[in-house]
Formats: sequence, C-alpha cells, structure tokens
Amino acid sequence: MLIVVAVVVLVLTGPLRAARASRPAPDRPAGAEAADLEAARDAKYREIREAEMDYRTGKLSEDDWRAIDHDLRAEAIEILRRLDRVRDRAAAPRG
Amino acid sequence: MAPAGRTLLIVALFICGYGIFASLYGARTGRWEWADSGRRAVYALALVTTIAWVILEAAFLRSDFSFNVVAAHSSTTTPTFYKLAAPWSSQEGSLLLWVWLMSLWSSLILFLTRARVREIAPYATAVLLGFAAFFTSLATFFANPFATSATAPAEGAGLDPLLLHPSMMIHPPMLYSGYTLMTIPFAFAIGALITGRLGSEWISVTRRFALAGWLFLGIGIVLGARWSYTELGWGGYWAWDPVENAALMPWLCITAFIHSIMIQEKRGMLKVWNASLVLATGILAILGTFLVRSGILDSIHAFGASTLGGPFLALIALMVAGSVGLVVSRRADLRSEHHLDSLLSREAVFLLQNLVLVALAFAVFWGTFFPLISEAVTGTKHSLGPPWYDRYTVPLALIVVLLSGVGPLIAWRRATPANLRRAFAAPLAVAAATAVVLLVATDAARRPLALTLFALAAFVLACVAQELWRGARARGAIAGEALPVALVALVRRNRRRYGGYLVHAGIAVLFVGVAASSSFQHVNQTSLRPGQTARVGSYTFRFDRPTVAVQAQKISLGAVMSVFEHGRRVQTLRTAREFYPDTTLGPFQAPISRFFTGEPETQVGLNAGLTRDMWAAVDVPLTPLQSALDFRDRQFQMALRELTTKRRLAAYIQARDVVVDSLAQRWAQHPWAADFRLIVSPLVTWIWIGGIIAAAGGLIALWPAPVAARRRATAAYRSRLGRELAESGA
Repeated sequence: MLIVVAVVVLVLTGPLRAARASRPAPDRPAGAEAADLEAARDAKYREIREAEMDYRTGKLSEDDWRAIDHDLRAEAIEILRRLDRVRDRAAAPRG
Repeated sequence: MAPAGRTLLIVALFICGYGIFASLYGARTGRWEWADSGRRAVYALALVTTIAWVILEAAFLRSDFSFNVVAAHSSTTTPTFYKLAAPWSSQEGSLLLWVWLMSLWSSLILFLTRARVREIAPYATAVLLGFAAFFTSLATFFANPFATSATAPAEGAGLDPLLLHPSMMIHPPMLYSGYTLMTIPFAFAIGALITGRLGSEWISVTRRFALAGWLFLGIGIVLGARWSYTELGWGGYWAWDPVENAALMPWLCITAFIHSIMIQEKRGMLKVWNASLVLATGILAILGTFLVRSGILDSIHAFGASTLGGPFLALIALMVAGSVGLVVSRRADLRSEHHLDSLLSREAVFLLQNLVLVALAFAVFWGTFFPLISEAVTGTKHSLGPPWYDRYTVPLALIVVLLSGVGPLIAWRRATPANLRRAFAAPLAVAAATAVVLLVATDAARRPLALTLFALAAFVLACVAQELWRGARARGAIAGEALPVALVALVRRNRRRYGGYLVHAGIAVLFVGVAASSSFQHVNQTSLRPGQTARVGSYTFRFDRPTVAVQAQKISLGAVMSVFEHGRRVQTLRTAREFYPDTTLGPFQAPISRFFTGEPETQVGLNAGLTRDMWAAVDVPLTPLQSALDFRDRQFQMALRELTTKRRLAAYIQARDVVVDSLAQRWAQHPWAADFRLIVSPLVTWIWIGGIIAAAGGLIALWPAPVAARRRATAAYRSRLGRELAESGA
C-alpha cells in the first residue's frame, strides 16, 4: 500500500517538479487558437473531398460541384491565412 | 486484502480531490504544471482503481466469503466464468466498475489530448474527477465492495440464476463503458463552455469517444435484449422496462449528436443544439445509472432498492442546473456561423433526423418516468405499457429509418431535384418492388406498419448498396483500380462515411427483425400433459416426455417437445424449469421443500433459424407435490432436532438428498399437466445479425486512418491551396 501511495505521489508531483526545473510553458492562448484553426482546416479539407465524392457519385451536378468547391476552397484559404497569422504572432519575439 | 481495498478507495477519493483542485488552480492561474498534475491524477486514479478491481475479482475467484459482497453474490459452486462477472451483479461491485472504467477512458482521452485543448482539458479533468469522486464516495460510504464480516459464512448465496448467461458476462461492462464514455464529451463540452473555446477542436478530440460510447452502449442494449429473449421465459426481447429505457435514452441522444456535430464541423451551425445535446446525453447517462442503482422504478432488472437515490438526484440536479446556466451564458458565442442553404440538403435531413431522435428519446423518457409523475400528481403509480410506447415510437422509428436512407444520397449544402431523382430512382424502385412482392406473396398486408418498415428497410439497403457501388466505381475510374480493390480502398479512405453507411444498413436489418417478429409472431399459452399437442401458427408442438435433473445447486424439471409442420417432425426442443434452494430460510425451516422454493429460472427451448425461431418455455407447477413436501418437511424437521453427532448429520444429509431426488423424480414417473408458453417468431435472428452489422460499421467509423494517409491528404491539399494562395497574391 505504501508503494502504491508513493507511486501516486510521484506521478502527481512530476509536472510540479519539472516546472521547478524551468521548462518553458507553451504560448497557451495562441496555441489554443491555432488548434481550433487546425481542426477547422482539417474539417474543411474533408468537406472538399466529400464534395468531390458527391459529384463523382452523382449527387451533385458538375456546375453545383464547381460552385461548392470554389466556396469551400475560399473558406479553406481563409482558414490557412488566419492560421499563418496566428503562427506568425506566436513566433514573433516578445517585447 | 479487504483493508487494502478499503484504503485504496480512500486514496482514490484523495486523488480525485487533489486532481480537481490542481486542475482548476492550474486553469485559473495559468500555471499549467498544476493542470498537468491534475491530468496525472486521472492516471493515478486509473492505477488505484485497477488494483482495487483486481483485489475484488481475486476475492470472488478465491470465494473469500469474508467479503460481504462475495458471500451475497457468489458461491463455491459458481462456475469460474461467472465468478469473474459476479462483481457487477452487486451494487457495490457496479459502483467500483463504474469508477474503474471511467478512470480508464478518462486517462485515455487526457493522454491523447495532452498537447491539445490545453485550456479546456483542465476543466474537463475536474468534471471527470468530480464524477469519479461521486461514485467513489458512494462506494466508500454507502455500498463498500470491501466491507467484511467478522465471521465468514462457509458458503455463499450464489449468483442470481438469471445472471448465469454468457450475455451477462459482457452486458453490464458494455453498458457501463457506454455510460462512462458519454461523460467525456460532456466534460469537454463543460470545459469548452467555461473557457469560451467553442471552436471545432473540442468536438474533434471527443468525437471518437462519443462514437465509442454509442458503440458500447448499443452493444450492451442488444446483449440485454438477447439475454431477455433467451433467459427470461416470456419470449420477448424488449419490454420497455425502465432499465432498458435508461440505456436507450442516452443512446438515442448520442446518435443524434454524432450526426449533428458533422454539421457544426462543416458549417459552424447548430452549436447551441450540439452543446445542449451532448450535455443532455451526459445527464441521461448518469440518470440511466441512477435508474438501475436506486430502485426507484419497478423493474425486473433493478438490483433492489437502495439508499443511493438521494445523492444521485442531487448530482443530476447539479448537472442540469450547471448545463443550462453555461449554455445560456454562452449563447452569444454559440451563434451559428452560417445558415441552412437549402431544405434539399444533407444538413436539413440531419436536422430533421435529430429532431425525430430527440422526440423518440423524450417519448421514452415520458413513458419511463410517468409512474413517478402520476404518483406525484395523483398519489397512485400508473405505468405505461408497450402499447403506449408503440403508439409513439413506431411512427418515429419509421421516419428515422427513412432518413437513414435519404441522408447518404443527398448532397451537403444543396441538392437539385434532378440530382435527387437520379439518386433515389433505383432505391425507390427496390422499395416499391419489395412492397409489391410482400403484398402478393405473404400476408404482410394485414400489418401495414410492418409492411412499411420492410419497404423502408429495402430502400435503405438499396441506398447503401448504391453508394458503395457508385463510390467504388468513381474511385476505380480515378485510381485505375479494379472494383473490389476500389471498394476496399474507398472504405479505408472514408471510414467515417462508409462505416456510418454500414451502421445504417445494420439498423435497417435489425428493424426488419423487430417488425417481423413482433407483427407476425404466433403465441400459444397452454397447459399440456405428455402426449398432448398445441398448435402455434402452422406448427404443432407435442409434449413428448418429462425430464428431471437433480444437482447440488438446482433441480431441473423439464420437457422434451417435438415440433411438427405438415405432419413432419422438424425440430426437437428441450425446456426446463429450474428450482434453486431458498437461502433465506433458517436451518430448521422447510428442510425438504426449501430445495424447490428458491428463485426459479426458466431454461428456454430455442431453435433459431434465419427464417423463424421456435421457442418453448415450461412452467412445472409444484402443487401436486405440495402435500408430500409438507409431510417430508415435518418428518425431517423432527429428525434435524434429534441430531447429536456428526455421523448422524451425514446420515441425515444422505437421507434428505434421497428424498429430494425421489420427490423430483415423481415428475418423470407420474407427470402432471404443465404450463407451456410456445412461440413461433419470424426473422428474430436478423435482429442479432443487424446488431452485429451495425457494430461492425461503428468499429469501422471509429478506426483511425493511418497517420501517413492523413498526412498525405493534408499535404496534398496544402500544396494545392498553397498554389492558389500564391496565385491570389496573398
């Protein structure tokens, strides 16, 4: 039982001990926004792929597909631009 | 080992408390090492509860009756296979199982997201540890699995005979895995609402856990139905029992959520709806556990009323209040980014499907809690039976089946009438042809709702087949692959989509089994002596001969039946009524009849086939034996009182066993009329087959694509879009 408690204490305090060893923390706000944008980007890529599949399986006419594809690509480009801006901000030297 | 188990529960409580503090402190102060420490508290909880679980299982395997729970739910004669399952037949073991599973799934999600959703994760961790603390507290202070008695009995009470079934080995862990997995999207939704990080990321990290919760709970529901069909002696698989409904409600809501999050991911719509839905699912998962554990509603499943009702109600009230408060406070951030482009779109179909699924869940909720509502209002508990449920759920289920075929064939954003005509022509033709064939060749016309379901199921299967065909053909044309290769590659590349289509097909098949077996079943409840027959549909059942088996743990009085069709024997069925000893009696009470008066169980005689099941259950009344039992009881009570030595005790036991055996053998030697429930049911097997297909589809949808393939897909699009960026002068 003592061994279990000792292991538990070691596990719980690991990050606290590491913090005392001065590991730099990630840029939290920028990291979170970037993560959201990356998830949105991945979802947009899926949408683009699915729209093409919808066209190829006959659910969309070519005209409809091209229109939707154009919109989706524009949305994807906007997400990539925002992602680049967030990453540039995170990489910029502070102060 | 029991003291070690009790200590581990206390340690688990401290871990939960520390983890909640550390997570919240880290999140509020931005000291992320504390948030990481809080995450590790979940890992530590998993370690501690795993050890506790192993201790409990070992106690069952050893038949250590110093553990109260082992003495109450196991015995030395319980097969090892069922000793392993016995912990979760008890209140105490169930609570520990809940915490253990919860800690494992929580550890997994937090490990997988340790570098992601860093702002949300600490709050999610606190919520998950809060649930764990609640259940650990119940296990520690109200129903401790490690409680012991000073004097251990020589033998345990044994497992409830109803639970001696393979399905019971995995049905509760599946249900509890489903419930605990559903708390994960709930916790992350709470974290997202608290932090205001309401983008796609929290959904993308928890989506698989929502799907896994759907899968496990669905498997648990189907296993429970199978157990009911083969064990409970009434011949049905679904009775709208409160505990069945308790699992169905969150399952319906998570089904809706799995579909509607696709709309949020793609279009940034339905954010309020999705947040509300996932929070409701988490609440219903806890509510489901509450219904099973509190005994508040009468149910053949409930394991006795307990004192846990109050704490559960308090937790549910807190969850409801907190969820409503958070959604209302964040309603501005939950505004949709886009609107519905067209009613002829997959988004519109998903929205309609969501509404129907939630309506179904509400109907089940109302029917389940109506006894409590009526008691509160009128002072009398009124229950709603299957006819009430069928009136509301059947039409809604038909709509769900229809939409499960329409959804895959309609495009996102907008579809044109011309495209819809092209997409639906063949499936509609298949549905129409199916209806015509059934009308002409069968008596399906007398059950219009069942006929409608059959046609809709054919429609769904045709839609799925068409999608697979067209998708494989398109892929084959692009990649130059042969059709079978293209089909496999298509599914591998789009697991979520085609796994989902397979689920739709499985559900359609399952509903075919449900509709056929419930609408075209033949039942005969009758009393027969050996040689007598009973008609069931086009079959004749004959009671051939009685059977007797006397074992240490039970007495089995049964029947062998022959089944004839058009004068030709087609099947032999064996069914029995098993009588267990009554372990509640004192040593001098009913020394002989006690072996016949414990909780009886029915061994069903079942012949399952692809086209029909034959089902028989016998109930052998003991009235003809009663006077003999009473006489022998008096005789052996006197003998018992005169026992003075161990040798005389051995002789007494031997004589008692001979008498019990001879009384049981009277059924074989001079059989009397027994009551039989005889059923012929078409297409029941397709319920289980449909469940397996749906589960396979769920697994495919759940399975992650290879990392390399994901990277290739992302890189390809990045390069294409990068070129466009350059061309646009960005």
